[in-house]
Amino acid sequence: MMPLRAQYIAFQTILIKEILRFTRIWIQTVLPPAITVFLYFIIFGSLIGPRLGEMAGIPYMRYIAPGLIMMAVISNAYSNVVSSFFSAKFQRHIEEMLVSPLPNYVILLGFVAGGLARGLVVGAVVTAVAMLMASVPVQHPLITMAMIALTAVLFALGGFINGVYARSFDDISIIPTFVLTPLTYLGGIFYSIDMLPEFWRQVSLFNPILYMINAFRYGILGVSDIDVGFAFLITVLFIVTLFGHSLWLLHRGVGIRG
Amino acid sequence: MTLALCLRDLRKTYPNGFTALHGLDLDVAEGEFFALLGPNGAGKSTTIGILCSLVRKTSGTVTVFGHDLDRELTAAKSCIGLVPQEFNFNQFEPVDEIVINQAGYYGIPRDIARTRAETYLRQLGLWEKRRQIARELSGGMKRRLMIARALVHEPRLLILDEPTAGVDIEIRRSMWDFLRAINARGVTILLTTHYLEEAENLCRHIAIIDQGQLIENTRMQTLLGRLHQETFVLNLAQPLAAVPELPGYPLRRIDECTLEVEVAKAHGINPLFAQLSAHGIVVSSLRNKTNRLEELFVRLVDQNARPA
Repeated sequence: MMPLRAQYIAFQTILIKEILRFTRIWIQTVLPPAITVFLYFIIFGSLIGPRLGEMAGIPYMRYIAPGLIMMAVISNAYSNVVSSFFSAKFQRHIEEMLVSPLPNYVILLGFVAGGLARGLVVGAVVTAVAMLMASVPVQHPLITMAMIALTAVLFALGGFINGVYARSFDDISIIPTFVLTPLTYLGGIFYSIDMLPEFWRQVSLFNPILYMINAFRYGILGVSDIDVGFAFLITVLFIVTLFGHSLWLLHRGVGIRG
Repeated sequence: MTLALCLRDLRKTYPNGFTALHGLDLDVAEGEFFALLGPNGAGKSTTIGILCSLVRKTSGTVTVFGHDLDRELTAAKSCIGLVPQEFNFNQFEPVDEIVINQAGYYGIPRDIARTRAETYLRQLGLWEKRRQIARELSGGMKRRLMIARALVHEPRLLILDEPTAGVDIEIRRSMWDFLRAINARGVTILLTTHYLEEAENLCRHIAIIDQGQLIENTRMQTLLGRLHQETFVLNLAQPLAAVPELPGYPLRRIDECTLEVEVAKAHGINPLFAQLSAHGIVVSSLRNKTNRLEELFVRLVDQNARPA
């Protein structure tokens, strides 16, 4: 087994490489979510929001802020890992890691930490935009930070699994387009599920993103449609499951070893 | 004798049913400059893939400096540096970062990695290009970058899979000098190449595999010693009207100023010149028709392909 200090250096190497990768192309990675969220605030917050009034007793522009921040974090944590890992497979530079004595879990942690880093950087930028557009006081900072970090880790793991299975560039856009985006939009960014008819309210409870957005909203605004403790439990369970599956894929060499 | 590499009954069958290796046995002694040759599809890249954990073996054992690949994977991997056949670095990363990161994957602290990267990039003539994006390098520079990357963790066994493919002769020769120096410092080198001149120039031991089996494994000098006959091309100073009959030296006319002659090792080349001089033929230069190792290689592979 590689000594722990060596493992730490290897982890740090992957993380630095990942951070340099997305900051080098910040116009493609950090700027677009800031512009997107700014547009959401202009359209849904400033133009349509005042006509909608309040949601759960909170002005609409402020109500949608946590969901918009979370949406940016989810998509960026996911896309960072899926594109980085698939690109490493496609250009075959994943072999640089495979020939080295790096344990599989360090490879996985390195990529996931890269996704977490991009999720948090984009989250911070989008939060700054939100602060400019609407006053967003943070009610429970610890819950806010914990949920945003856990969500970024979870979707970074999702991106990793997608990257392992992907065989073409099309394969890395299918899940974000047809699964993540609909689930995020239907995860209560723009509305409270209490507004939905009972049937659709119950259906919404099967959407895991709903729990993350609501727990995050609770951290910032102090309101949530669901139990926050249960949201944390669900998120951690998903993380453990996806982490185990990712490690198994690496151990089996799926898509990366002959 | 310490073995850098020991393969026993190594077999590989791919999921599509193709068997690339049929029980390969091979020893490479420490400090050796070892050529592993074979035609395309012989199993060379599969063997290298298994050694470097990029391909999973079906069965058999591999030990690297005594470390079993199944039981002591970390120790075995730490001993190996790989220069693959195809470019496998991030084309969008700067040259120095590629080398420094590779050191990091072996747990080498960043300050030491930077120093080593500078050493190898300088030695390989890439230091001036260190901040350049890798895809902007020429083909020869990319090959040298992969050598620097493979050496940065200071492996005891360097595996080179066609390291000079597509490289011009000047750079190829400078790479040969560099590799000789690395070998002289005690690094064992396993080389696969299709340039048999390269193998003949660099390697002291040679193994040839074909259809997943070892068909030759001997010292280079021993193998070359088996060549009983060589074909030379003679360039003549004056055009020749008719080809003379020379006892023991069958001549063939290529054009009016060029002859081809087969020389048996037992006869030597001096009597040929004596006879040519006696006929008033002046030879301005001569060369081997093919590389000596090439002749042997083709013969061995042909013999192996013939049904028993």
